[in-house]
Amino acid sequence: MNNKIQAIIQRYQADRTRLLDMLWELHYLYGYLPDKALSELAAGLNLSVDDVRETSSFYHYFHDHPTGRYTLYLSNTVIARMNGYQQVLAALERETGAPVGGMDESGTFSLYETPCIGLSDQEPAMLVDDVVFTRLTPEKVSDIIRQLKRGRSPAEIANPKALPEDEVAYVDQLIDTPVCKTGEVFFQQQDDYAGLLQNALDAGPDAVIGIMTSAGLRGHGGAGFSTGLKWRLCREAPGAAKYVICNADEGEPGTFKDRALLTRSPQAVFMGMILAASAIGAREGIIYLRREYIYLKAYLEKQLQQFREQGLLGDRILGRAGFCFDIRIQMGAGAYICGDESALIESCEGKRGTPRVKPPYPVQQGYLGMPTCVNNVETLAAVTRVMQQGADWYQGLGTDDSRGCRLLSVSGDCLRPGIYEIEWGTTLNQVLSLVGAADPWAVQVSGPSGECVAVGKSGERRFGYGDLCCNGSLMIFNRSRDLLDIVHHFMQFFVDESCGICTPCRAGNIDLRDKVERIMAGRGCQQDLDEIVSWGSLVRSTSRCGLGGSSPNPILTTLQQFPEIYQAKLVQQQGALLPSFDLDKALQGNEQARIELTQTELTALPEVTK
Amino acid sequence: MSIQITIDGQPVAAEEGHNLVDVAAENGVYIPTLCYLKGHPCLGTCRVCSVRVNGHVAAACSVPVADGMQVEVETTELADMRKALIEFLFSEGNHNCPSCEKSGRCDLQATGYEVGMMVSRFPYRFPVRERAVVADHIWLERDRCIFCQRCVEFIRDRKTDQKIFSIKGRGSTAQIEINTELANAMPPEQVREAADICPVGCILEKGVGFNDPIGQRKFEIQSVRERALGDKKK
Ligand SMILES: Cc1cc2nc3c(=O)[nH]c(=O)nc-3n(C[C@H](O)[C@H](O)[C@H](O)COP(=O)(O)O)c2cc1C
Ligand code: SF4
Ligand code: SF4
Ligand code: FES
Repeated sequence: MNNKIQAIIQRYQADRTRLLDMLWELHYLYGYLPDKALSELAAGLNLSVDDVRETSSFYHYFHDHPTGRYTLYLSNTVIARMNGYQQVLAALERETGAPVGGMDESGTFSLYETPCIGLSDQEPAMLVDDVVFTRLTPEKVSDIIRQLKRGRSPAEIANPKALPEDEVAYVDQLIDTPVCKTGEVFFQQQDDYAGLLQNALDAGPDAVIGIMTSAGLRGHGGAGFSTGLKWRLCREAPGAAKYVICNADEGEPGTFKDRALLTRSPQAVFMGMILAASAIGAREGIIYLRREYIYLKAYLEKQLQQFREQGLLGDRILGRAGFCFDIRIQMGAGAYICGDESALIESCEGKRGTPRVKPPYPVQQGYLGMPTCVNNVETLAAVTRVMQQGADWYQGLGTDDSRGCRLLSVSGDCLRPGIYEIEWGTTLNQVLSLVGAADPWAVQVSGPSGECVAVGKSGERRFGYGDLCCNGSLMIFNRSRDLLDIVHHFMQFFVDESCGICTPCRAGNIDLRDKVERIMAGRGCQQDLDEIVSWGSLVRSTSRCGLGGSSPNPILTTLQQFPEIYQAKLVQQQGALLPSFDLDKALQGNEQARIELTQTELTALPEVTK
Repeated sequence: MSIQITIDGQPVAAEEGHNLVDVAAENGVYIPTLCYLKGHPCLGTCRVCSVRVNGHVAAACSVPVADGMQVEVETTELADMRKALIEFLFSEGNHNCPSCEKSGRCDLQATGYEVGMMVSRFPYRFPVRERAVVADHIWLERDRCIFCQRCVEFIRDRKTDQKIFSIKGRGSTAQIEINTELANAMPPEQVREAADICPVGCILEKGVGFNDPIGQRKFEIQSVRERALGDKKK
């Protein structure tokens, strides 16, 4: 019996749904998840150890082998690759002595690559344990590693003034939060949350839901579902308890606007959750915070505590006997798919982040089987502003099908990467000139899962649900960039991030990625392009969730907007063999095998016949 | 409540909320399935039951029918999609049917025949997958696993209710694990149940194999379509 493990189990009251938290505690204790510790945890939860491993082995940040004293995760986005990623990686390998995916001999450093960590405006960037270093250069890397070797901790290096972790100054010490353009909805000064909530509670749930509906607020997480309708469905669904979840998984490569909101306006987000809770009748809320934003946790906890002290969270909110609501932060552990609301709920329940079969939808049966309202960080911040300014005011912003404003996370080839608030209806060209994009060629709208557009063809398209739908990620590429390489990188991302539960996404993304490789290698022909289109549409339409539903987009949208980059790589089929078939390679080793086989046959013959 | 839907243009009466695969079968329309096990919760993993519902592609086993639903099953496009999904499963693993213990009793093989598959359009991967042979009475030939999740979801230790089968890893490299201790505690009929619900020849009972003579195997006596439709076959 290990006292520490028993204490962890006790702290979470042997509640299996808190498995992720318990695994994190074990991981902090040992630096990885040792078999013995997992077995003891499993026994305490009446689970088979394989069941616990079923959960832990799903997440990138849980290791089942010992890791070094310091764990380094270098973000490998396409944006980082445009800013010296390779040199930084080489410097890291050289200075630490650890190969990518492994540990150095002395057991000091473990080095990993990781998908986007939400810092595309200041890449290359890496997480070292729980802190982060941005704008890396080989020189900066050498310096950091040298200091670590000398015994300074990552926290001491990143935070030399030893600012308290729960202050926003600490977050500002680690990273930049460039809000380049604000508008009317987000990042507003708001002092009287109590008054705002008072009004909402006086008006009652139906009125609050009505305001969201008539404002025309649609979810900012990507799908654009009506917030008012979601709340109404959740309110009306039968259930002994209801839950509000704030989706702060922000996993789409290229986005970092939720990070900016959580840094600059966390209380507007919390207030959105409280309003949602009052509307649907929830007593508990969860912020699902991606592990990559661990450095925000202490700060957010303190902000929550302030709300409690002001009587805006906890029992008897604003003195009302009937209204109790509190929020806890659930740390993720590295999985893009956990941004999908049903996968996120599974993860909150201590399981793998496998998207659920729908129906039932989360508003019917979500967290712990109860009606649950999952909203994006930005949606919740907008809720607070709508409540403050009224539905009519909000209606006046944006376009008919897309009311209000949207935050863009801009990165890539432009002078001023950062956060921009735009009104829906703004054109792509307007945004490009705003951010100082001198020679934009292609823009990846909504990250890999979105679309790649040619600026020449699509510059006058307008942001909005009816046209350029955007989940907040905007990556700009000029003519010097190799789009096929970017497409390949995105496909690899989906291969790595597929949960693997359904056939088309698990199998199909690999075949699609391999097709891109074939074309890049100059061995693809027209048949390969035809198959890409057909297989891509198969994966898109038959997959279980939105990951497989959008994973072929990098290829399909570039093929549509930039057919010439594919055509330029194609070769003509000569004779009967496809250009992708390498006859020499296929026959490699054949002669040797034949010789070996004949020899074994000879020696295997019985004595008499020899 | 009794409702009306159409399947390939034909009006069909059904009970609201019943599973589309079952409703179709009751009306003589066969929808291929691999992970769906009647009477158990829908797994929705294989996607081989893909059809169109009100214009959108959906896995039929996950669709509760509702009044006015328009369902398409037998279009050329959909038939090819379902066939392609089965082909994915053949190219992902190593399926050497002639030497497989499950041959003639395998849902994947039978469904492949049923949809007219000759060869996979996708490149064969020839993965190297380790067998799990340590348990006393049961073993896993992982080459053949199609990751349907039946074993993970439907088989549990009878005393502790713990999972005997579980997933390890994620994505295309994930695999099914078997807990040796719990496996050794399985009574013989549960071992047989596990081998039977595995739609392919991955979960196998030790000491048993190739028992039924060729020509008298499960799907030779009655095809997978006939079994699904029962007496409703057209
Ligand atoms: C693969 C995948 C990843 C997603 N990632 C996120 C995410 O990081 N953040 C988010 O808010 N929504 C994400 N979503 C959308 C959520 O499922 C959900 O629609 C959203 O959180 C609802 O909030 P909203 O109505 O406020 O937009 C993702 C969806 C999918 C399919
Ligand atoms: S589409 Fe991909 S991520 Fe979504 S359930 Fe299927 S395998 Fe998992
Ligand atoms: S072992 Fe059999 S039952 Fe289990 S997931 Fe694989 S194919 Fe399905
Ligand atoms: S049978 Fe419907 S998804 Fe497998």
